[in-house]
Parts: sequence; C-alpha cells; structure tokens
Amino acid sequence: MSDVQRMRHGSSIGLPVTRRDGHDKVTGQARFAADNHPTGMLYAVLATSRIARGRVAFLDVAAARAHVGVVEVMVPGNRPALAIHPDDKSVPFSFKMDLLQDDRVRYAGQSIAVVIAETLEAATEGAALLAPRYAAEAVEVTLDAPGAFVPETVGVGAPAEQRHGDVEAGLDHAAHRIETTYETPLQFHNAMEPHGIVAAWDGDALSIDMPTQGLALTQMRIAAFFGIRMEDIHIRSPFIGGGFGSKLLAGPQVLGILAAKLVGRPVKLVLTRAQMYGPVTHRSATRQSLRLGAAADGQLTAIDHHVRTATSRHDDFLEPSGGISHSLYASPAIATTADAVRLDTGTPGFMRGPGEASGSIALESAMDEMAAACGIDPLEFRLRNYAEVEPITGKPFSSKALRDCYAQGATTFGWAGRPLAPRQMRDADGLLVGWGLGTAIFPAMMFQAEARAVLRRDGTGLVEAGIHDMGQGAWTAFAQIAADSLGLDIDQVEFRGGRSDLPNAGIAGGSGHTATAGGAIHAAGGQAIARLTELAVADPRSPLFGAGNVGVVARDGRLVRWDDESRGETYGDILARAGLDMVEGQGSAAADQATAEQYSLHAHGAVFAEVKVDPELGQVRVTRLVGAFAAGRIINPRMVRSQYYGGMIWGLSFALHEHAAMDVRTGRVMNADLAEYRVPVNADVPSVEAILVEEEDPHVNALGIKGVGEIGITGTAGAIANAVWHATGVRVRKFPIALEAFSGA
Amino acid sequence: MNRFEYIRPRSVAEAVAAAAIPGSAYLAAGTNLLDLMKIGVARPGRLIDLNHLPGLDAIETLPGGAVRIGAQVRNAELAHDPEFARRFPAVAEALLSGASAQLRNAATVGGNLMQRTRCAWFQDTASACNRREPGTGCDALGGENRMHAVLGWSEHCIATHPSDFCVPLVALDAVVEIEGAGGRRDIPLADFHLLPGTTPERESVLAPGELVIAVRLPAEAAGFAAHARYAKLRERTSYAFAVVSAAAGLRIANGRIVEARLALGGVAAKPWRAEAAEASLAGAAPDADAFRRAAEIAMAEAKPSGDNAFKIELARRIAIRALTQAAAGTPDRLPALPASSFASNAGAPNMGGLHV
Amino acid sequence: MSMSVTLTVNRVPHTVQLDDPRVTLLDLLRERLDLTGTKKGCDRGQCGACTILLDGRRVNSCLALAISHDGAEIQTIEGLAEGGALHPVQAAFIAHDAFQCGFCTPGQIMSAIGLIDEGQAGEDPERVREGMSGNLCRCGAYRGITEAVIEATRSMAEDAQEKAA
Repeated sequence: MSDVQRMRHGSSIGLPVTRRDGHDKVTGQARFAADNHPTGMLYAVLATSRIARGRVAFLDVAAARAHVGVVEVMVPGNRPALAIHPDDKSVPFSFKMDLLQDDRVRYAGQSIAVVIAETLEAATEGAALLAPRYAAEAVEVTLDAPGAFVPETVGVGAPAEQRHGDVEAGLDHAAHRIETTYETPLQFHNAMEPHGIVAAWDGDALSIDMPTQGLALTQMRIAAFFGIRMEDIHIRSPFIGGGFGSKLLAGPQVLGILAAKLVGRPVKLVLTRAQMYGPVTHRSATRQSLRLGAAADGQLTAIDHHVRTATSRHDDFLEPSGGISHSLYASPAIATTADAVRLDTGTPGFMRGPGEASGSIALESAMDEMAAACGIDPLEFRLRNYAEVEPITGKPFSSKALRDCYAQGATTFGWAGRPLAPRQMRDADGLLVGWGLGTAIFPAMMFQAEARAVLRRDGTGLVEAGIHDMGQGAWTAFAQIAADSLGLDIDQVEFRGGRSDLPNAGIAGGSGHTATAGGAIHAAGGQAIARLTELAVADPRSPLFGAGNVGVVARDGRLVRWDDESRGETYGDILARAGLDMVEGQGSAAADQATAEQYSLHAHGAVFAEVKVDPELGQVRVTRLVGAFAAGRIINPRMVRSQYYGGMIWGLSFALHEHAAMDVRTGRVMNADLAEYRVPVNADVPSVEAILVEEEDPHVNALGIKGVGEIGITGTAGAIANAVWHATGVRVRKFPIALEAFSGA
Repeated sequence: MNRFEYIRPRSVAEAVAAAAIPGSAYLAAGTNLLDLMKIGVARPGRLIDLNHLPGLDAIETLPGGAVRIGAQVRNAELAHDPEFARRFPAVAEALLSGASAQLRNAATVGGNLMQRTRCAWFQDTASACNRREPGTGCDALGGENRMHAVLGWSEHCIATHPSDFCVPLVALDAVVEIEGAGGRRDIPLADFHLLPGTTPERESVLAPGELVIAVRLPAEAAGFAAHARYAKLRERTSYAFAVVSAAAGLRIANGRIVEARLALGGVAAKPWRAEAAEASLAGAAPDADAFRRAAEIAMAEAKPSGDNAFKIELARRIAIRALTQAAAGTPDRLPALPASSFASNAGAPNMGGLHV
Repeated sequence: MSMSVTLTVNRVPHTVQLDDPRVTLLDLLRERLDLTGTKKGCDRGQCGACTILLDGRRVNSCLALAISHDGAEIQTIEGLAEGGALHPVQAAFIAHDAFQCGFCTPGQIMSAIGLIDEGQAGEDPERVREGMSGNLCRCGAYRGITEAVIEATRSMAEDAQEKAA
C-alpha cells in the first residue's frame, strides 16, 4: 500500500484551511527580520559601487565619520577577518561574494563600504558622504560581449548539450520548418521585502534575524566565514517577505554580521530598493534560437534549441533555458545546446523558474509559430505532439494529467471557435482581441529534510522542522501534514518552524519544499505513531493488545483497530499506562534515485490567455488568464491556487512588463527602482483563474506531491505572447513586448 | 539625505522671506522633493515647509467664473471636487490618471507644476546631466532613451516633463500665480516651464525664492466641458508615467468645431500646447480627417532624440484619440480607468471570483 | 537642534523629541515608536507598502517628513483590530487569501480602508483594481485583494445600515 492512500479520516489534508499566519499578517504582528530592534542596536547602510569594473580609488571616510551620529565606517582596511575568503566555494551551493575583501569592483551595485551609525538617517547620509572616486575600466554587459564559451554544465550541473535522435535529418525531412530567435531580458527578483538582517554577537555566538529560504545552508556558510560552529549561530526567519530564489543563500547581509562584530553592538542592515539590483542575484538575459521541423500532419520532426546566456566575469551560473525542450513535446530528434559570455555584472542565480521560465516563453512561442505554419489550431497542434513518454529519455512519466489540463482549461476559457488567423477579433470598443495558449511544465524535485514529531501525554502533538514560509503557505500546509501524520486535529498540534535550531528541513526552492519537508514531517509523525502503537499492542491491558498483525490506525487522537474502530484508546491513556510523558518520532525525506531513474517526474499545466490590444496605441492588457494544472496531491487548494495565480502573474510580467535597462556604457541598471522596473499592478490583472486538475501520483514521493510554486510562470508568458500575436498579427520575439512593436502596425 | 534646517513659516510673506537665503527649497507634500533628496539629486540646506501656511488650500470660483486653485490643494481633493470636475473634466481625468491614490492624496497642485523630470540619468548622480549639474554633459544622449523628448529638446538635454495635470491645464490657458520678494505676478502656464536650450538647469521662469501660490483657470476654459478628454498611453494599466498623452477640448456647434484646444504630454520638457493644430480645427467638422491633420501639424516639428522615433507616431495617435474621444462627448462619470485605452466598461470581464 | 512633534497614533498621543528633521513618518513609526507593522518596500513612493492613514487619508508614509506633520492623526495596521476583533477588511483578507508573504499586506489593508472611505469605487471590481494599483504585490495576490476589498465594502455598508436602522 502506498503512503498516498494512508491519508487519514478527519485529516485536513486537501482542505482549503485559511492561513495559520493570517492573523499575524493582517494585524501587523508578523515580525519580519527588519522589524527587530535589540537593545543597543545600531544601523548599518551599504555604500555601493557606481562603476561596474575597476577599483575604488578613494573613499572620503573622514567626511562620513564626521557626520553626526556616525559610529564607524567599515572598509577593506578595518573589516574584521574572515576564516575563509569570500570567494571560497567549499560550502555546497556557494557563490563568490563581495565582503570588502579588497578594492576591486566586479559589478555595479557591489558593496564597497558599510557605514554604521546611531540612526538610520545618519548611516544613510554617511554612506552618501563617502563620495567614492574610482579607477574605472571598460565594461562588457551585453550578450554580444566577446569571448563566448561553451560551458560543460548549465543550471545546477545539467549537461549543457543534450541530444536525442538526428536533428538535422529531422529538419531536412520536415514539411514545415521554422527558425526563430527570441530574446529575454535581464530581470531582478524584487521581493517586496528587501534583504535585511539584524545581527547580534554574544562572544562567539551569533544571533540573527534574517529572511532565508535555506536556514541550514545559510548557517553553514556563515559558520565557515566566521570560523564558528553551526550550532552557535541562531537564525530566526519566521516570515520571508518574498524570496523567489533571491534569499536561498547567505547574501550581502553577511556584511551586517561583520559590522556587528566591528562595533561590538547589534546591527541592523537593510538593503535599499536600488541595492536589490546588485548583489542579490538575478535572471540573466538570454537569446534563444529555435529550429523546429514538422511533417505535413503537424507531427514534430525535430526541436533544436540553442541558448546564449551570460554569467558574471568571476563566477558561474548559467540560466538553463534549454531544459524545457527535453520533456515537453514528442519529437524524434531533440538537441539543446548552450554558450555563454562573461559580463561585468553580479552573478546570476535562481530566479523563479530558473531556465524553465525563460525557456518556456521561447519554446511556446516557437510552437505557436509552427502551429500557424502548419495551419493547425495551437491546442490541436500540441495534442498531436503530446509526449506519452519523456521525449529525450524515453522514460515514462510518474503521472501526467496534461490532457485533462488542456481539456478543462479549454472548456473554462471557451477556446473552441477560436479563429485560426490573427487579427480577427474585436471587442465592443474596437480593441483587438487575441487568444493564446502555452503548456506549463516543471520538474518535481526533492531535496533533503528532517523533522521531529512528539506525542504528549495530554493528547497534543508537537512537530518541529526548520521550514521556511515565504508566502507559499508553509505554516499552514506543514501543520496540516503534521496533524495528519499524528492523527490529530490541526489545533491539537504545536508546529515549530522558521528557525535554525530545529531539524534541518532543507530549502524552500525548486518548488520542492512541501514534498521534501512534508515527507520528513509525515515520516516523523508516522514513527511517533508507530512507537505508540508498539506500546499499545504489546500491553495486555490495552484494547489494542495483540492487534499488531491486524493493523492499527491513528485517528482523532486515538489508536483504533483497523478492522474494528470501536476498539481503541486515546494516546494519553497509552502513554499514561506506559508511564511516559511523550513518545517521539524522527523522519527524513530525500530524492529517491531509483524513482528518478525509472520515471520522469514533472507537474504539467495548460494556460489560456486573452489579451486586448489598443489597435492604434499598442497598449496591451491581459483580460483573462485561465490555467489548469496537475501537480499530484494538493495539500491545501486555497494556498495552491494562490501559488498558481502568483506564478501566472509572474508570467504576465515576463511577457509584458519587467526588464532591467542597463546602460551598456557603464553597466549600471538605470531603472533600479519599482517605478520604472515595472511589475504588474492590480489593474493589470482583471481576471485570473486556476483549475486544480486531479492527479494521483503513486511514484513521485511518499505524499504524492509535486511542486506548485514555479510552474505557473511557465506556459503563461508564452500564452500571452501568442495571444498578442493572435490579436495583432505581429509576432514579437523580444521580451517584454514593447509598444514599439505595434507603432508601425 | 543631507541634514537641513527646517523652517515653518506662518505666512506666505514669511515663507518668501525665508527662501531668500540661498540653498533654500520649499517643501509641499514632498512626494517629489523628498524622493530626490533620498537619491541625492536634491540637497537643499533649508526646507521651508508650506504645509502649515494659511490660505493656500482653497478651490474658489472667482466673480466671472474663473477658478482659483490654491497651490496646497491636494491632487485628489481637486479631482474629486464635484464642481471642478464638472467644469474641467479633462483636468480631473488627467489628475486621476497620474501616480497612485496615495500620492494623489498627498501631492499638491503647486508641487505638480514643480516636479522634476523622471529621466534616469538625471536621477543617477553618477551620470552626466546638464540639468542637474550644468556643464557636465548629457548621458541620456546615446543611452536607452526611448522615453525622451521629441519636441523642443536640445543637445544639452532631452528630458521630458512628467506631469499629467499640466497637460490639460496648458490647453485651457491656465495662469500661474507667483509670489516673490518683489511681489506677486501672474504668468501663463504655457510660459512657465522652459525648454532646455543651452540652460536646461533653468526649468521654469521662477526666480530664486519665488513661490507658486495658485493656479487659475479662466471662465472660458469651462466652455469645453461637454467635449474634454485626456488620453494617456502607458506601459502598465495604472501607476505609470505617460509614454505620450494628450488633452483635448472642443467647442462644437452645428456640427462644426468652433474652437479646439490640444496639448501633449511626455513629448517635451514642458507640457506642449499645439496651437497651430488647434487653429487647423477651427471651423472643421469633428471627424477623423480633421483630427489626423491636426495631429500631423502638432508633430510637424518633432524629431527623435534617440531610440524614440516611435514616440512621434504615438504622439500623433494619442492626439487623434483625445480629439476623437472629446468629440464623442465627455462621459457623465469618469471611467474606471481614467485616460486609459481600457477605460470602457463595455465587455469588461467579470472578476475571476465569480467562478470559485 | 531638537524639535518636538506631537502625533496621535492609533488614538494614542505621542510627543516625540526629534533630534533630526530628516526622519520620515515611516521611519518614525518603525524605528522610534516600535510600530513595525508598516513596511518599507522601496522608500520612494513606488510600492505602497508603507501606506498609512494620515488625517484620515491614505498616503505613503515614506514620503512624509515627521516634522512637517506636527499635530497629525495617524492610523496604522496595529490600530485596526478593536478589542481583538478584526476589522472587516482584515477578516476579508484572510478569507480571500489576499496575501502570500504578507509583507505588502499592512499597506494593502490601509490602502483598502482609505479606498472604501473615499467612496469612489464601491463594489465595481475595475474601480477597486484601479484604486488599489498604488500597492504592489510581488506574490501576485491581486485577485484575492480585489475580492476582499469588495466583500469588505459590502459588509461595512451593511453594518452601517444596521447601525443607522
């Protein structure tokens, strides 16, 4: 019997429980990192470089120090020593950092000094008074920079080149061929909460309030930097004001820890919004060339997907945009290749759907272009190329309800009757109307996590795991899993998370947190119940004595016989008789290599978009978005819907809005704010709908969960781009879609 | 932000006297000035707070029908004043298409006139900018300058004035009341902002220490109320500056345009009154041909200052849009999305919530 | 140079000695009065996270100098729930899952209260969306926000009618 079937009666799993942190969040009581204020705290403010390459030649430290309230200025010369160099990458998942190791500047926005003062106002002005002078060098910041190289890997260790079948032969024999190039822009995460920290030293012990998507990884890196034990670092991260991948690893907040060490007092350091465009990673620009071949009947004969991307001059992270082409559409021949250039920018990193998001908009656009070339409806075209097995590996999918996603999405959206040709529909006001489709896909990943569960004599439970809530609903979903695992009502379980002194729950990333940490919690609760069961079935005074072979189930705070639920007793009675205050279980979860080798593990979805376009002015509005997603077991449909909405709005932003405009002469982002780096506002989202398509997956992991955090951005961006084409007849291949595209139309 | 001396005058006369000291700046809401101080673009040594001055916050109808708007009247207050909105609907529409509700609740009429350009190089103190620092050059030239000026620019500066409010105001012959050490003077809004020429640092005709105390609209400006619209093209549905915008007012009798007003926003360092285009419309039928001709005339002198040739065509089209909408008649109630391409409620989708 | 500012915050009068005229209302609330519910997302009036009611009107507290608002009445997120009972907007935000990470939420809620009080939007979703567009939500909770504001508008109008009756 798989664990999937073991969800208990009375469990809240699958129910739309409201957020357990909701009350704190709507009353202002939820304390985010920067809301803390220990006694004696000082304020630290970063001074950041305005050049992208060269040296800091002079800082007017005297002027900064002379400003009323300034306590200290930290520069390379007086920065406390670190046990390892900031470029040391021996800790897993490390990237090189800029922690005032020298006077070199590697990108605009790099930290070059920290001013520490009694007030925020004084520290801010102190940083301005440093008025740096630089020895600047020429910069390269575009995808056309010289020295393109072919990397061995992209993303996290994925082969940069993958081939299946003979792409050239497939193209040669195709009845229809398209060859197109798509460009995606430089993007920054821009979580609403800027990166911040409150750091306080007590001897060699360090206390930190800091939002992090990876408590243990962060703790490990900080321990390495300061040469102290992990257990002497206590990180509190109960609420993360949005992360999207930018808060996975120890960031520039380490400078706050150094500042606290330098002045011997607690320090708060919070990045300004402008500083969120430098040292906190980003999604690099891409230029993706796709060649598709199709037979006369619309069957794909080849997919060739080449990605040009960029990393920093000093470190490596390559947006793995080609990966999307491995698993989505059936084709006898697939090739994905990559090359890259090195730029004078910060190092790119994990930004919501790293690779999948940027790859999806290119592949979905190309599929749409091919559907049009074949004269086939875009949905029908995708169905004709439906992958029954993972195209590049031939592995079966552990589950795949994509057909249901297409069908339910199309019905809800009203796709039937869509004219094949573009520029056929107008609304009552004369606005052009277009409908587009994109397929969503995201791998179901597992990392590693541990958890601890306790049943107490008073009948309540305690579950602990260092989980991370960045808005996905971790506080709620994990409490639901915890209560289920212990056979208790959710209000009977105390759930602890968001701290580094709890079992290591891995990372909130890769859309794998619920599956991984949830699996660990499930296992821990299961073990606690198993131990309790052992006590009961071995005890002649228990009504469950001897029931071990029949099976015992936990339900509503009682253990009962599987075959006769009237026979059972409460947890408290069992523990009391055994003279125990509690019984404890430990659990862990991790990726199962055998499963991953046997199956392709992915969530899927179909996104339908309606756009309206002003025929004269070119302004675009996405008037409807309908996404239908199948992602295995749904722990909490209310929170899952919100994840899909959020992902789809990111897709909207990708297609139409956000991009960082870099001055190629200086390497500075010229819209490093929230006015001109445009993310969607409420009025940009008149209607968004998410359908939860039923899917049971007995293989993917113990709980049958696939991730939902990132899949929504895939499919959506392409669906919108395709809808814009359908509305206007103009195929825009450079994103975000800009007004210029239509001014000649 | 630099430390400054904070001065709270009790009268306009006290304020003007205080501002005579070099390095002084007036503080109205601060929605633009404080922002510029935070990014180091403005570093005034003294702030003279206008928020406690009596007599600057009234909307008065003067004998004869002109309206006088105190400089400290908040944008939202003016836009939602029923009598004002009825008489000057394009002004209300422009106000409500700008910024956000929060900013409109704070930002003042005087401050709106005085707001600085949104040019990224002006805002970036590490870049050369003749407007911010005379003689340093203009890094916007040769940058990604798709949003910059196409009219009235010079090689010294290609910035635009970002105001929505000023666009219908200039079309309607608004007059600015100014108080200074030398007394009070009036100046037409059309002459208030200066084109860059060789001195882009001079953004308006205000002499140092002079203060805008009110804006007046003449009684005749209300004569366009039946046919007055503001149209604004932006890169998200709300909370964005104009790429281009236009205010149009028409007086129509017997199927002919008796008098037309047209001004453009987002195209120059000042709100751009298109008088020759207006003249071309006088006596014409309010139809597409006339509007197209007027738009051509309005943009006849335009030239790109960089990657922004597309703005010239878009400016023509937004002028046609505003004129067309004005001809169709001012709606009884401002649309849900003021000045937007998506303003109509016709065919507006239901909110998704109905499906849950 | 020290200046004294008197503010009524959530119905409680505060007299603050300001040693520095640069302090914004936002930083005063957060760093000097320990009212950290109001958030700083951009500090430039571009995101709305810092929205408070200032003399009854919603404004960005990051772009207001404390010294300039002597005598003002301020309401923040901490002052909404009376006697532990949530304000209708707060309750509607939970019911409609109108937030994810929660960082923009105090600003959204204060903005919603301002919007409802302005009376311009009513229950028209398009006017609500436009009226709430000064509050960015990077998590993308806009649908829930719009639904919550409409529901709260309705329930507050009903409550007002009941009280009047």
